[in-house]
Amino acid sequence: MARITAGIACSHVPAIGAAIDNGRTGDDYWRPLFAGFEASKAWMREHTPDVVILVYNDHASAFSLDMIPTFAIGCAESFAPADEGWGPRPVPVVQGHADLACHIAQSTILDEFDMTVVNRMDVDHGLTVPLSLMFGQPEAWPCRVIPLAVNVVQYPPPTGRRCFALGRAIRRAVESFDEDLDVQVWGTGGMSHQLQGPRAGLINREFDTAFLDRLVGDPAALVALPHIEYVREAGSEAIELVMWLVMRGALDERVREVRRFYHVPASNTAVGHIILENDGAPRAAGDQP
Amino acid sequence: MKDYNDAFRDIPGTTIFDAMQSRRGFHLNQFCMSLMKPENRAAFKADEAAYLARFPLTDEQREAVLARDYNRMIALGGNIYFLAKIGATDGFSFQNLASKMTGMSEEAYREMMLAGGRSPEGNRSVSKGS
Repeated sequence: MARITAGIACSHVPAIGAAIDNGRTGDDYWRPLFAGFEASKAWMREHTPDVVILVYNDHASAFSLDMIPTFAIGCAESFAPADEGWGPRPVPVVQGHADLACHIAQSTILDEFDMTVVNRMDVDHGLTVPLSLMFGQPEAWPCRVIPLAVNVVQYPPPTGRRCFALGRAIRRAVESFDEDLDVQVWGTGGMSHQLQGPRAGLINREFDTAFLDRLVGDPAALVALPHIEYVREAGSEAIELVMWLVMRGALDERVREVRRFYHVPASNTAVGHIILENDGAPRAAGDQP
Repeated sequence: MKDYNDAFRDIPGTTIFDAMQSRRGFHLNQFCMSLMKPENRAAFKADEAAYLARFPLTDEQREAVLARDYNRMIALGGNIYFLAKIGATDGFSFQNLASKMTGMSEEAYREMMLAGGRSPEGNRSVSKGS
């Protein structure tokens, strides 16, 4: 049977992708950020799953205002990098896992989540930047990736509680899939940032730190946080953080924090990153206690 | 539902892109969306007014685009992820657009971000002045 082995959260700032693609990771501005992901990349090499369910939002790339699905799952065989206005990122085409994706779609719909099924879709920086941060620049991504797009562009996005419950439903779906697969769930976006208006540039380290702490130890309280608090405390685009709760919902109640990193700034944004394993999961050699 | 939307209006310097704004800015945002294709970017650069005439924008929206007045475009229903495609077509980074919207020079904005960003203190609530 398939199983969820770990959850990862990671910001998906487009400028990070541009720095990687243009060979600028060694610049003074970027070096501390990329240094912060070295240990995570090493962890990933030891824990590469068969499939990543990558929870992200599309930024007006695959979805215009023609259609705005709240939750959409990519069931295609593959997903090409999108042209977001300056040409597609020079990264590998994402290979999906259509059988598992279709199974998750069916299972979550019967579990009362009205999931949109997407059979053709390009994927933007929201999906590819976390892959680059965790895997570097391989010729092909080392695992399959199922894109799970959440609307956080047009308000209201789904509530934190709904996102967490979707994570639970995804876990039930994965654990009922009859193939021996290691599956990770990634939640992306955030942390504090505001990209629009005179208040652009807002960063709230205190909020972000508390969010990370509660994500690990008190997700039940975190899911009750209303949208207005995200926006007031951490900026209008910080609402992306609800996607981290999908990841958290897919894990056990008790988790082990394997790694945490926080850095300000990447362009306009506070970058947050965490790796969580289920507390009952066996420790791999070299893992921190 | 009304309370949900009204609550956001108390946050200074922020426009929430809800269904109402989305309706208002539909054609403006779809124009931005068209700039994802290289041939459209070229056509827009060659003659901005002529290219904009292909879309049923209001005069206010058209003028805001030509003036690259991003705060105005947002007030008229633009969403920042869509509007960023105009910036990309112009060859500007997202940080450049952000600095424009705050009225700061790009240099001053960049320095603010390097120093930890804009503090939430004094930026939370218009009514409470906090």
